Amino acid sequence: MALTVSFWLLAVVAVTAALGVVLLRNVFRAALSLILCFLMVAGLYITLSADFLAAVQILVYVGAISVLIILAIMMTREVQRGSPNSRFQIPAFIVAILFLEVLVLTLINTPWQISSMAPAAPTTAALANSLFGEGGYLLSVEIAAVLLLSATIGAIVLAREK
Amino acid sequence: MMIGLQHYLILSAVLFSVGLYGVLAKRNAVIILMCVELMLNAVNITLVAFSRYVVPAMLTGQVFAIFVMVVAAAEVAVGLAIIFAIYRGLEDIDVSKIDLLKW
Repeated sequence: MALTVSFWLLAVVAVTAALGVVLLRNVFRAALSLILCFLMVAGLYITLSADFLAAVQILVYVGAISVLIILAIMMTREVQRGSPNSRFQIPAFIVAILFLEVLVLTLINTPWQISSMAPAAPTTAALANSLFGEGGYLLSVEIAAVLLLSATIGAIVLAREK
Repeated sequence: MMIGLQHYLILSAVLFSVGLYGVLAKRNAVIILMCVELMLNAVNITLVAFSRYVVPAMLTGQVFAIFVMVVAAAEVAVGLAIIFAIYRGLEDIDVSKIDLLKW
């Protein structure tokens, strides 16, 4: 029961905040709306018993990425200009609605194989085992580290004054 | 009614479509980047929901979601650096005016 109530609460606020990102005229308010949406997604992870991912979501998205986005808005004088729509607004709306319709029809009509097992909790140790343990995803972790390093160097090179 | 897999999948489909509309319909490059983040979050919800309801003991979906977050962080860092570089050159980040490569 508590799960149902919290899911609907989180879902309604998340969708409203996501609509705020695309509908608000003020860019700064759109960014704050996006941060609210990130927080609601962290709450949804908790309802899915993914506690570690909820913490990572708050640290990475609410903590780091939102600060970067707000910094970009402050650096680029966009608050005064607002967030104008392009001339593709109506075709974009039609494409998004059609895409949503196809997705929802597919999701409803697919017979998913739901397992009745209880989820693993807490997940931190199990995640660490599958990331770093024997037969896990260690190579992918190393590649992700190289990707982050190259992204950092690339961002510094691109953003530095000539 | 019990909350099941399909509730999460439909919620993430809605979030993804809102992000898709924003990417296609907005002219501000920062807003477009924000909408891409929204779409990545929607995909992450899907992955975690599949992990929870289809293979609850294996956590594979959560591992995948962590890698999606890594790529999203790299993407937003490089994307914002590109936006800064364009803004320094053109004094504008309206994507309809960034058409130097348009034939």
